[in-house]
Amino acid sequence: MSGARTARRRLVGAGMTWLTGAATLLVIALLAVILVDVVRGGIGRLSWEFITAAPAEGMTAGGIFPAIYGTAVLTLLMTIAVMPVGVATAVSLHEDAPTGSRLAALVRVAVTNLAGVPSIVFGLFGLGFFVQFVGRGLDRAFNGGALRFGQPALLWAALTLAILTLPVVIVATEEALRAVPREWRDASLALGATRSQTLARVILPSALPGILTGAILAVARGAGEVAPILFTGVAYYLPDLPHTPWSQFMHLGYHTYVLATQSPDVEAARPLLYATVLVLLLLTFALNAIAIFIRARTRHRAGA
Amino acid sequence: MEVAAISAGGPPAASASRSRRRRAREAAIQAVITAVALTGIAAVALIFVFVAREALPILFDPQIRGEASLSKMFLPQVLRQGRPPGFMWQPVSSVPKVSMIPLFVGTLKTTLVAMAAAVPVGVAAALFSAEFAPRRVREVVKPVIELLAGIPSVVLGFFALMVMASALQAAFGFTFRLNAVVAGLALALTIVPIVFTVSEDALTSVPRSYREASLALGATRWETAWRVVLPAAAPGVLAAVVLGFGRAIGETMIVLMASGNAAITSLSLGDSVRTLSATIAAEMGEVVFGGAHYAILFFIGVELFLFTFVLNTAAGAIVQRLVRRMTASDA
Repeated sequence: MSGARTARRRLVGAGMTWLTGAATLLVIALLAVILVDVVRGGIGRLSWEFITAAPAEGMTAGGIFPAIYGTAVLTLLMTIAVMPVGVATAVSLHEDAPTGSRLAALVRVAVTNLAGVPSIVFGLFGLGFFVQFVGRGLDRAFNGGALRFGQPALLWAALTLAILTLPVVIVATEEALRAVPREWRDASLALGATRSQTLARVILPSALPGILTGAILAVARGAGEVAPILFTGVAYYLPDLPHTPWSQFMHLGYHTYVLATQSPDVEAARPLLYATVLVLLLLTFALNAIAIFIRARTRHRAGA
Repeated sequence: MEVAAISAGGPPAASASRSRRRRAREAAIQAVITAVALTGIAAVALIFVFVAREALPILFDPQIRGEASLSKMFLPQVLRQGRPPGFMWQPVSSVPKVSMIPLFVGTLKTTLVAMAAAVPVGVAAALFSAEFAPRRVREVVKPVIELLAGIPSVVLGFFALMVMASALQAAFGFTFRLNAVVAGLALALTIVPIVFTVSEDALTSVPRSYREASLALGATRWETAWRVVLPAAAPGVLAAVVLGFGRAIGETMIVLMASGNAAITSLSLGDSVRTLSATIAAEMGEVVFGGAHYAILFFIGVELFLFTFVLNTAAGAIVQRLVRRMTASDA
């Protein structure tokens, strides 16, 4: 009797355990299906010409160089804007703030909430704040009210993305700072270095790999986001590359969206679309993979 | 500071002024860092203020209120003479109809489909990773699922549009190729990593002693995981669900590409739907700046901001409590 019950309990346990494994496998399989589909659909069209030429014949021929260039310049500007702010915030939270600081707690709550704001709301914010408020303000102040800064532009899109990726950088940097042994700080201070000298010459250099991981994650995230740039600077097609921060730009993600949903001839655009997605995925995915594996390794080392 | 002054070894007066200069510089650097750290708070405040600013005419501008008042957005309106009042989203027409209800229904439908798929799968995968998987397997599973989170949402939208929509239509015989189920299942792909990661953290933070006690009393590993560890980690799992819910409500590109974007108020999951986020993305390009439609789209932005703000704050509070409880029971 009791033996039968135990056997049944064992069986249920084994079955349920197997189910959780199946769920895990399902997620991994779906990821594999997506990757295989994109690679299979896109690899045939991928070529040097595709990466270096401009689109032609209503987006059904040619390449996507302007979109790659636009994405690269956009994320570069974004990184320049977000890194100092993100690193300084993390330093302030982790190195300066006394434990139990009200202000630090408030900053933490704000950063967590910032990470949860929908990306489309960032788009509205970029339009309402950077384009309409700051841009128009600059126009009124320096341009006699004529429209120059107060319209969607590369810089406004980059700054919008910088705010979106700020939590990514802060979280990664804090994690890196946490991994710097306390003794190193104490040793540096005991030798007579000031706090900012300790920060610049001891703490930040040893946290550098972690901070770089944060930058990579931010770039991967920023390069893939489309909703925040919809109203702040992206364009469907431009004959010229963006030459100033006030130009509009083309973008891989937006290019994907337009080709997939607004193409007059879906079948003709299909190979091009797949190849565009493949480039976008290679970019964001490679960056993410690098960051995740660096992170896993440093965690492993710290744990060992 | 004193140590530094002594080791500098210069004449006392010079050393004192140097140390004063140095102290001033230190204070300045600290001040700059602290000021920059306030950017996070400023950003959240500015986002709310500047999105709300563009939405305010709905409340105060008499001309815009004629087209888009709160009652027009939330109460049933007479759409045709002699018919019972209803809800309709048709902001670009001779008589604009701006009811939010079809958009709420659409958002809710895609979100519920996403949650129904993502929560069981995400929690089950977290249980597997935290409780059952051998260490080697676990070290592969975690980063691979994190990689799923790194796929841009426009790529998932593309995949839903090109591949999932046809496969699901063939499987379930949907009348509309793009519908709430397609969009919801594609959304689930972005929610699973969130539910997985947060739940897994909660499960692994449950003290070992809980498991040992349960196993010592004769429970199987599954019984221990299901009746001891999971209940102990329940607040964390709840937080994971709440975070995932917030993400599903706000996600834009996937639903924009895979939902069909028809603002239909129905309960059928096989109908095309239009969500709040997709409405902003699809219509902002065509609006007159400063007009009623423009203000309504920003108003939707305010709604999305507030929904996710409440959900994220709730999730944060839940996690805080869990952390406190677990560290307390550890001691």
